[in-house]
Amino acid sequence: MGMIFSLVAVIVLVAIAFMGAKQNLLGLFGVAIPYLAVLVFIAGFIRKVIKWGQSPVPFHIPTTCGQQKSLPWIKHSSLDNPSTTLGVVGRMALEVLLFRSLFRNLKTDMSDGRAVYGSNKWLWLGSIAFHVTFVVVFIRHLRFFMEPVPTWVNAIDAADGFLQVGVPHLLITGVVLLAAATYLLLRRIFNAQVKYISLPADYFPLFLIIGIAVSGILMRYFIKVDIIKVKELTMGLATFHTTVPDGIGVIFFVHLFLISVFFAYFPFSKLMHLGGVFLSPTRNLANNSRAVRHVNPWNPKVKLHTYEEYEDEFREVMKSEGIPVEKES
Amino acid sequence: MYNGGKIIAGLIIFIALVTFPFYTNMGKTIEKPADLAAAPDELHIGDLPIGQMRAEHMMLLDKWRDEVVRGGQRYITYDGDEYEKSIQNGCLACHSKQEFCGKCHNFAGVNPYCWNCHYSEEEGLL
Repeated sequence: MGMIFSLVAVIVLVAIAFMGAKQNLLGLFGVAIPYLAVLVFIAGFIRKVIKWGQSPVPFHIPTTCGQQKSLPWIKHSSLDNPSTTLGVVGRMALEVLLFRSLFRNLKTDMSDGRAVYGSNKWLWLGSIAFHVTFVVVFIRHLRFFMEPVPTWVNAIDAADGFLQVGVPHLLITGVVLLAAATYLLLRRIFNAQVKYISLPADYFPLFLIIGIAVSGILMRYFIKVDIIKVKELTMGLATFHTTVPDGIGVIFFVHLFLISVFFAYFPFSKLMHLGGVFLSPTRNLANNSRAVRHVNPWNPKVKLHTYEEYEDEFREVMKSEGIPVEKES
Repeated sequence: MYNGGKIIAGLIIFIALVTFPFYTNMGKTIEKPADLAAAPDELHIGDLPIGQMRAEHMMLLDKWRDEVVRGGQRYITYDGDEYEKSIQNGCLACHSKQEFCGKCHNFAGVNPYCWNCHYSEEEGLL
C-alpha cells in the first residue's frame, strides 16, 4: 500500500513538471522552485540540527560492539567500544565512510531446530555503492555550477568515464547508482520482514532517487537536451542573474523538479540521517561511564545535607549523649 | 543547547560546503560561449536541424565513424554536394576547433576523446 502510494506520488511529480514545462512555466520550474527548494533545505536542516542539539541525553547510551576498556591485561577494543573522544571520532569515521555497522549484518536461519547465523553483506554492498556513487554524481554536477569548470571536476568526470563506452561517454557512477537504488527497492519488496516494516517514508525517497537517476540518464544518453543552454540556466541560478533560455528539453525540467523536491523533502525525512548520524548519542558518546559520571541534564536540583552540616547542627546534643563526633567544636 | 560549540561548527562547515557554488560565483557574470549563427531549423549535413546538431552531433559522428571504419563508406551526399565523413577534412574544413568545438566543450566541462587521434590544421601535429 505504502509502495503504491509512493510510486503514484513520484509519477504525479513527474507529470506536474512535464505539464509545467509544456505550459511554458519555465520561470517557475527553472528558477523559483529550485531556489525555494534550496532555501527550505538549508533552513530545515539547521532547524532540525538545532532541535536535536537542544534535546538532553538523560542516560549514557553508547552502543558497544567490543570489549570495554578495563584492566590492562584485558584487550580493549578501542574502535568498537571507544573510551576516548579520539576513539569516538575513529568509530564515527568508519561508520560514515565504510558503513561498519552494516558490514556486521547477519542472516539467521533455522537448521535442525537450531538458529544458525551467517554473514550477509548484500545490504552493505548495495548501500555503500549507492551512497558513494551518489556523492560522485553530486560532485560531477558542479560542472554546471562553476565557470570555468575546475580541473578536479573534469578529472573526476574523466575517471568516471574511463571505459570510453559510446558518446557521450558512459559514466560508471550513473549506472551503479541506479542499480544500487533498484536493489535497495527490490530488497524492500521481496524480503518479507523488511517489507513488513516499510512505510511510505521508506519507499518515497527510493522512488524519487530512482526517478532522478532515470531522468538524468535519459537526458544524457537518449533524449538529448542542449547542454549549453542548461548551463546558462544553472549558472544564472548560481550567480543570482537568473535566465531561462528557450529550447531546453522538457526532460531537463522533470529532472530539476525532482531534485528540487528531493532537497525540499530532505530535512523532514529519514534522509536527515546525513546529519543525524553525527548527533546519535548511541554513536557519539565514548563508553567511559565507569570513569566519568554522566549527569542527566533534567535532574532536579537536590538540596544536600552533608554529614558535616548534620554534625554542626547536632554537635552539642550528640556530645551530651556520648555519641562520638568527628570534630570537637 | 548541549555541545553547542561542536554542533554549530559542524553546521557551519556543512552550510559552507552546500552553498559553495553561490559564494564562489558571487558577482561573476557568465558569458555565453556562443549563439547559434543559423536558424535552429535550418538543416545541416546529415539532415539534422542545426538546433538538434548541438545536442546530437556526437551521435552523428559516432555513426559516421562506424560507417567509415567498418563499412568503408567515406562520403555523404548532401544537397547535391559530396562531403567526406571526417573530422579533419569534413568538420574542420568549415569549423574552427578552438572557436567552434572548444568553446562549448570547455564551458560544459566536456572532454571528447576525438582529439586523442585527430588534429586540426590550426594546431598542427602535436
